[in-house]
Amino acid sequence: MIQLLKMAFRNLGRNRRRSFFSALAVGMGLALLMLFASFIEGEMGSAIDSAIRLQSGHLQVRAQSYDEGKTSLKWEDLIEDPDQVAAQIASLAPVRVATPRLFASGFVSTRNESAGVRVYGIDPLSEANDPYRIGMLSGEFLTPDDREGILIGQPLADKLGLKAGDRVSLSVNTSNGDVQEQAFSIRGIYSTWTGGFDGVTIFLPLTKAQAITQAENHASTIFVLLKDASQTEAVVAALNAPRLQILTWTEMNDVIIQTEDMANSYMGVFYLIVLGISATVIINTQIMSVFERTREIGILSAVGMKGRRILAMFLAESSLLAVGGIVLGLILGGLVVAYFTRYGFYIGNFGMTGILIMDRIYTQLTLQDTVSLTMMAFIVTLLAGLYPAVAASRLEPVEALRAEK
Amino acid sequence: MEVARIENVYRAYKTGTLETQALRGVSLTIASGEFTALVGPSGSGKTTLLQLIGCLDLPTSGEVFINGQDVSHLNRDQRADMRRGTIGFVFQFFALIPTLTAYENVEMPLLLNGHASAERRERVMHLLASVAMADRANHRPDQLSGGEQQRVAVARALAPEPTLILADEPTANLDTSNGEQVMEIMTRLNKETGVTFVFATHDPRVIKYARRVVTLRDGKVVEDRLAAEDAHGAR
Repeated sequence: MIQLLKMAFRNLGRNRRRSFFSALAVGMGLALLMLFASFIEGEMGSAIDSAIRLQSGHLQVRAQSYDEGKTSLKWEDLIEDPDQVAAQIASLAPVRVATPRLFASGFVSTRNESAGVRVYGIDPLSEANDPYRIGMLSGEFLTPDDREGILIGQPLADKLGLKAGDRVSLSVNTSNGDVQEQAFSIRGIYSTWTGGFDGVTIFLPLTKAQAITQAENHASTIFVLLKDASQTEAVVAALNAPRLQILTWTEMNDVIIQTEDMANSYMGVFYLIVLGISATVIINTQIMSVFERTREIGILSAVGMKGRRILAMFLAESSLLAVGGIVLGLILGGLVVAYFTRYGFYIGNFGMTGILIMDRIYTQLTLQDTVSLTMMAFIVTLLAGLYPAVAASRLEPVEALRAEK
Repeated sequence: MEVARIENVYRAYKTGTLETQALRGVSLTIASGEFTALVGPSGSGKTTLLQLIGCLDLPTSGEVFINGQDVSHLNRDQRADMRRGTIGFVFQFFALIPTLTAYENVEMPLLLNGHASAERRERVMHLLASVAMADRANHRPDQLSGGEQQRVAVARALAPEPTLILADEPTANLDTSNGEQVMEIMTRLNKETGVTFVFATHDPRVIKYARRVVTLRDGKVVEDRLAAEDAHGAR
């Protein structure tokens, strides 16, 4: 075996340039796939992360009859005394924060423009609302007793030509089916760098939202963030709430998860295609090698080397090319991925229905992806070398010896 | 004791629709310890006969026996097994593996036969010494002259302790001095080890070393004589 590998290594060294570029082809294929995989992982991770941070949380506790699609404000569809419910949930050890939120639909109007919005009534002091606090671009964040201030997203501000301090009219649905209108001041403009969210969501203090929608001491949901997402099912089991429904982040984000699963399965085919293209270089290299060394194969056969050993020798060469290519690919791919992990890809307001994606994607390369792509590259390269190796092993010695050197 | 026996062997090659008879009903017996030359002009069938004896090829019809075993119907791997333990080759073009050193080239048949490392080392160094190449063991073929390469090839042929060594035009690519040197070595080893040598040649300077001369023409044996009968090469 050692002798075979030694011979294989030296044989590759006969034409160093060709061997290098063959390995480089494999390496570039692997690097490209590492970039794709890390981009997909980063994109989906960003979507999941954005969805959890901004919309779903790890859990939401709602009234049994609440339908998110209808944004109902009827008391029977809401949670009564939500602060107490949130406090009970927050007392569980795995829970980082639990806060009530009230959702309503409405529209914001200026003199010349109007836009439909989704109203979030939030507790401004809750840690759960830090993404919005951190994302303030101008003006001030809300306070719990603010009766006239709202926060709007940058895209909405741009659309309506608004800035902090401007006055707008907000009309919202109420719990008895009416529409309530009031003038508000743009307290501040925020950005979560998620165009799909920022363009339609405005914030009010929870008490003000309850007042304007006539929801009184009710909330649409208790928004829960955990210390560790893996504790989700454990917390669900611990929450004993027969009159309430508990939704997990996987249930609330099934579109994203299904999209990720679909993307992964399509990407698997794409990966094989890319590696297959790289592998054609290996096939060509090895066929040339067999052609150039036909007489030498005859000599090896003449001294008693059997076909399967000749096969093994050429497969050893393919293996070494694969290993060399993989090393190059891991270095190249690692450098490129590291760059985009730090600086990200700017994709702008790339929206998909039901999926929040930040305007800058940071690649994430997992160990699992790295290992599986490496193994795939090795296997595909080895398979590529199989045909030339079989051809070499089947050469008749007398025919091979007649070949031109 | 016979080492090789060829009985009424024919070998035809087809190139497209054209069929060429390289051997036509050749029968020949090679005894142990012989130093035999197959002579004849180009196209007489010398190399083809050598390849059949060496199990590199199969006859179209007829039988070939090596050490009493019929090898006429063996498959490729079975013939490789036969060659590995029984037959050594020396080729016109030296046929050393260019990426291996002289030592490693001679070692190759021993590796294929599964000899232990220490045993291989001892045998290889002994063989290289016998062909006066011990001091060049770590050189690769492109660092050796033609004569040196052919001497290494002789050592490699002897490595598995074969009963038969086949040499196809072993001095064709060597100058007179080197050619004679290689033939001297082969003659000496034939006497020292008793290994049978059969070589194909049309070089009269080489034929003089043979103790038996088999002449082929147009695929047939036309003459088979002991060298003592030759007025020019009497021994």
